[in-house]
Amino acid sequence: MSDQASFSAALLDLQRPCPAGLCSRNGADPASRFAVYRNNVQSSLINALADSYPVVKALVGEDFFRAMASLYVQHFPPISPILNDYGQDFGSFIQGFSPAASVPYLADMARLERLRINAYHAADATPLSPEQIGVYLAAPETLNTLQVHLHPSVAVLNSSHAVVSLWEAHQGEGQLEQVDPTQAEAALVLRLHWQVEVFRIDIGTLVFIQSLQNDCPLELALAYAYDASAAFDPSHALALLIRYSAITHLHPEQKARP
Amino acid sequence: MSTPLQPATLHRAQAVGSELPPRTGLGLKTEHFQTVLETRPDLGFFEVHAENYMVAGGPFHHYLGLIREQYPLSLHGVGLSIGAEGPLDKEHLKRLAVLIERYQPQSFSEHLAWSTHGPVFLNDLLPLAYDHATLQRVCEHVDQVQSTLKRPMLLENPATYLQFQRSTLDEADFISEIIHRTGCGLLLDVNNVYVSSINHQRDPLAYIESLPLHAVGEIHLAGFAEDTDNLGDRLLIDDHGAPIDQAVWALYQQVLDKIGPMATLIERDNQLPAFAVLLAEAGQAEELLKQAEVRA
Repeated sequence: MSDQASFSAALLDLQRPCPAGLCSRNGADPASRFAVYRNNVQSSLINALADSYPVVKALVGEDFFRAMASLYVQHFPPISPILNDYGQDFGSFIQGFSPAASVPYLADMARLERLRINAYHAADATPLSPEQIGVYLAAPETLNTLQVHLHPSVAVLNSSHAVVSLWEAHQGEGQLEQVDPTQAEAALVLRLHWQVEVFRIDIGTLVFIQSLQNDCPLELALAYAYDASAAFDPSHALALLIRYSAITHLHPEQKARP
Repeated sequence: MSTPLQPATLHRAQAVGSELPPRTGLGLKTEHFQTVLETRPDLGFFEVHAENYMVAGGPFHHYLGLIREQYPLSLHGVGLSIGAEGPLDKEHLKRLAVLIERYQPQSFSEHLAWSTHGPVFLNDLLPLAYDHATLQRVCEHVDQVQSTLKRPMLLENPATYLQFQRSTLDEADFISEIIHRTGCGLLLDVNNVYVSSINHQRDPLAYIESLPLHAVGEIHLAGFAEDTDNLGDRLLIDDHGAPIDQAVWALYQQVLDKIGPMATLIERDNQLPAFAVLLAEAGQAEELLKQAEVRA
């Protein structure tokens, strides 16, 4: 093992002894000094996760969160120096983390908080104005084949738990005690005016947005949304996207020519 | 109100790798974006960690763009891992080149340290054995950075907590040789000098005097945390989480006596106080810079 390989392994694996070949001028045990590096690595990465997942932390408490994050850090250290990206799969890790099983909505809360961070740093794009969108929507001959491009920050989450209500309750909106966590909810996350917003949406709107993101033309996206929910309200869904500047581009579908 | 930022009072040729004015700067924190834009504090420059801005879009770029219009910028990397045993991450270098093209910073700096091993990023500035093989590798990496970015860089002296048995060179000699061979500049972190000097029982001023001070392009000042090793001896930790220590201020003044006014960053990354508190610390450094200018 090279110097840095053994150093690196011992930083991440707390069971490993201090690497060989180290010393200190005053004759102190190198392990007592190596501990500073180990603590820096562990605590800075745990802190990065704590900053990214404040509601997950609040739901389980500081001690539980740090113990859980510590295991994640040891098994899944970052593989990029861009720490804004660290923890993309923290939700999946929590899903499989049996000590957290008593908080069944914890994994989805992590997924929601991850979508918020991703939305915060997503690429910029200029939205279409309601007037520009109105012109397209008023042209019946191309309406059904319209391709609707959404802002890069737009993301949705389908949860079998009340993640949006729980998240809101941690922002001081609504009482946590009054939330029924077993109520399924879907979330829309997007960035508006340099802030990330979270909305509760119905399952039809979720499918509609997912379909648009998968490049379905408007007619097909609407059909999928109705399939998902007979109560789907297309004008409400479109109004939501327009009001929050989520539509960046509209054009009739380009038919492939033979 | 902001005052003119031209480095008109420089008494000597600007060091390589930096066009920062010889004034005080602060690390730009997201918590302070609005305050900076609304109050336009009288500061010489801002410094950002390059990796924080390696994101596609959003508020970080929006606010940095606005602030860059008003202030000189120091781009400070923490993830290039110049001391790594393996090759430099070319993708990361490309991302740095993109940031430099976008923001045209007055200086780009990185650390004499490693922080990645293979694909794993360890998020700390890890120590190097100072021997000829390491020297050769670090010089090659600095050359590669400078040729890719098409500009000289500043290399920061590290804060370290232990040493390697196989080291054969003093840290100051090691750094001097890198600067001599690659033509890079020196980011003299006075707090790191002090922290390492206590941790390794060296004389901080003698260490500074054996560095090529003509190559200094920026100074860093910060606070440290106190710990002890298993012998109960002081072990200082460069945590950027406290006000600057009196001993570091004194050392800074001695540095200014030797090199004259120099762009100086107050680093504070943890236990972030109110912006006014950071401004007061910057004001203290600015006062010493003015005194150094009178003496120069």
